[in-house]
Amino acid sequence: MDILRIATSGSVDDGKSTLIGRLLYETGQVPTDRMQQIEESSKRRGLSFTDLSLLTDGLISEREQGITIDVAHIYFHTPARKYIIADTPGHEEYTRNMVTGASQSEVAITLIDARYGMLEQTRRHLHIAHLLKMSNLIVAINKMDLVGYERSAFEAIKSEVESYVNQLGASFTLHFIPMSALHGEGVTAFKDGLSWYQGAPLLDILESIKPRNIINAEGQTNFQVQQVLRPRGGDDPDFRGYAGSLRTGSIRVGDEIQVLSTGKSSTVVGVHKWGTELNASGPDQALTVLLADDIDLRRGDALIAKENDLATSRRMTASICWMDEQPMTSRKKYIYQQGSFSTKIMVDQIQGTVNLKNGELKSNHQVLLNEIAKATFKSASAIPAIEYQEGNSTGAFALIDEQSLNTVAVGFAERFA
Amino acid sequence: MKISDFPRSLENEAIYIFRETLAQFERPVLLFSGGKDSITLVHLMLRAFHPLVPPIPLLHIDTGHNFPEALRFRDELVEKYQLTLHVRKVEDTIREKGLQEETGKYASRNALQAVTLLDAIEEFKFDACIGGARRDEEKARAKERIFSVRNDFGEWDSRRQRPEVFDILNGRIHPGENVRVFPISNWTELDVWNYIREEGIALPSLYFAHEREVFYRDGLIWPVSDFIRLSQDESPERKVVRFRTVGDMTCTAAVDSQAATIDLVMEEIAAAEISERGARIDDKRSEAAMELRKQNGYF
Repeated sequence: MDILRIATSGSVDDGKSTLIGRLLYETGQVPTDRMQQIEESSKRRGLSFTDLSLLTDGLISEREQGITIDVAHIYFHTPARKYIIADTPGHEEYTRNMVTGASQSEVAITLIDARYGMLEQTRRHLHIAHLLKMSNLIVAINKMDLVGYERSAFEAIKSEVESYVNQLGASFTLHFIPMSALHGEGVTAFKDGLSWYQGAPLLDILESIKPRNIINAEGQTNFQVQQVLRPRGGDDPDFRGYAGSLRTGSIRVGDEIQVLSTGKSSTVVGVHKWGTELNASGPDQALTVLLADDIDLRRGDALIAKENDLATSRRMTASICWMDEQPMTSRKKYIYQQGSFSTKIMVDQIQGTVNLKNGELKSNHQVLLNEIAKATFKSASAIPAIEYQEGNSTGAFALIDEQSLNTVAVGFAERFA
Repeated sequence: MKISDFPRSLENEAIYIFRETLAQFERPVLLFSGGKDSITLVHLMLRAFHPLVPPIPLLHIDTGHNFPEALRFRDELVEKYQLTLHVRKVEDTIREKGLQEETGKYASRNALQAVTLLDAIEEFKFDACIGGARRDEEKARAKERIFSVRNDFGEWDSRRQRPEVFDILNGRIHPGENVRVFPISNWTELDVWNYIREEGIALPSLYFAHEREVFYRDGLIWPVSDFIRLSQDESPERKVVRFRTVGDMTCTAAVDSQAATIDLVMEEIAAAEISERGARIDDKRSEAAMELRKQNGYF
């Protein structure tokens, strides 16, 4: 069964949680006891309608303030497939939580309030969706009821978004929907106010998108080792297996492989899934690989095909999204982590931060919380020279502060020198 | 109902998480409650480290209010797979610390469980506690990370959670802190059942329709046990029921069910109108009951 992972984003108060509540409600996924709970809560708050956003806004402080702070994960299914929604915060202060949710998704739904059009936060979200190379971006122009369901309001915002996305050079497929989540318009159907609209409602668009794991099962063999399995005693004391994840490509017994970091080569003599032998192909298959030779292999090492000419490098240019209160500065050292691979890394030069108005870089000596920037880095150990591409997260990494140990940035490798 | 295939990407994800946990922490432990989710975790752990003897011990926080069937099942499982099991009793915490037990009709040891857990973490110096919580269960759980950092008081600070990007799991912590790990975060109740069905995983008999002595309270079906006193207007009766979740006998209600096999259980869940935790008395205390318990160190 397929899973499609979606992230929803938007600005404060433009109705994300209501939209998701509506989606759950209209696809018949709200159990009676949950519905009763939110009906009672709505009444206690003095509302004249059932506030569907209460289905997702969970934390005490969120309900107090009426906004979403952290990513909530919501699950629903249709006869066709399973969906995982990461409902991400709209508030600028919590952009890092939005990035968290979006990085695990391949489709983004961005909400825009029809009364206000594009805001800085919308531009930030479009830019992040572009950096993340999401496959599809759905722009829901919500609260159409508050602009009298006027077609011109929808068209004006649509062309504003289109020209910004063109400027970005984004590769995602763009969809637009006029919507009133509160009144159930544009989610599964267009009923009264929006009956003029000829396009597809949200659920139909979602159902038509092909999940990435079907499209991107191919690629160069890349098996990342998480740990070496060596039993203490037992039936087979000489057993030495490499537990890890087949990121892309395929692997089978008899394959000639090499260790990317050292160039040492060997032959695959076993590909196991908990004792069962198989021919495996990615993406992200949990496997145990056995090799003919006892070569030096460590956590974080990548096994690639022997004929593959993939390089490694200690110099990288990357786009980053900064997620910490302490700014990023030149010459500062961080921990770089990609999957199970870690090394120390230094910010060589900050090339600039992104001006969200026009997408251009402006020179800057530091990067502040929630800013997007481009920088060059120098690493202690060589990094696999894999650029970030759609459907292959191998080129994406996290930066971790050596003192606070917090994850402070997500980065996307663009170039290796 | 057509039962669809279990999405295997969820199994790959869970095993990846188990392996990251063993690689990044010195003293991981699997919090074992005896319920289907923690039984599923044991199965995933065996797979993740095959053919090794399971390298992560289990910790059972025993409230003393268990279903006898669940305890029997636990001991058989430990025996069968050569697992290491630590048991710490809420009863002992109460005695040693002179704590007050809840009294009255709804008395449960749920809140005290967190105290015993935190003590056990300190005693064994566990740095990662693997749990079977799922994001679809409850709205505070919907906001959990896969690696969720707890401070030295065991508290969960929902406003300052670490960003968790792609599948990069950052388990670096300061001394005294620990991480809660949730390998089946992205599974739904139906996914768990589907996996159990496809893999033929054994479960305690409680999960299937059986006849037992029960009574009605607040519209819920409660199991009769030594731990709950019936009021004068409540009377026990025999009924065919099953449990959707298995916690303590004092906080787990049964559902009216004839589903005696896994396929029937799945059909029933797919058609059910009451959500999974709807039969958990501990969540009914207030709208934010789960969040408050999490902040205090509950898993």
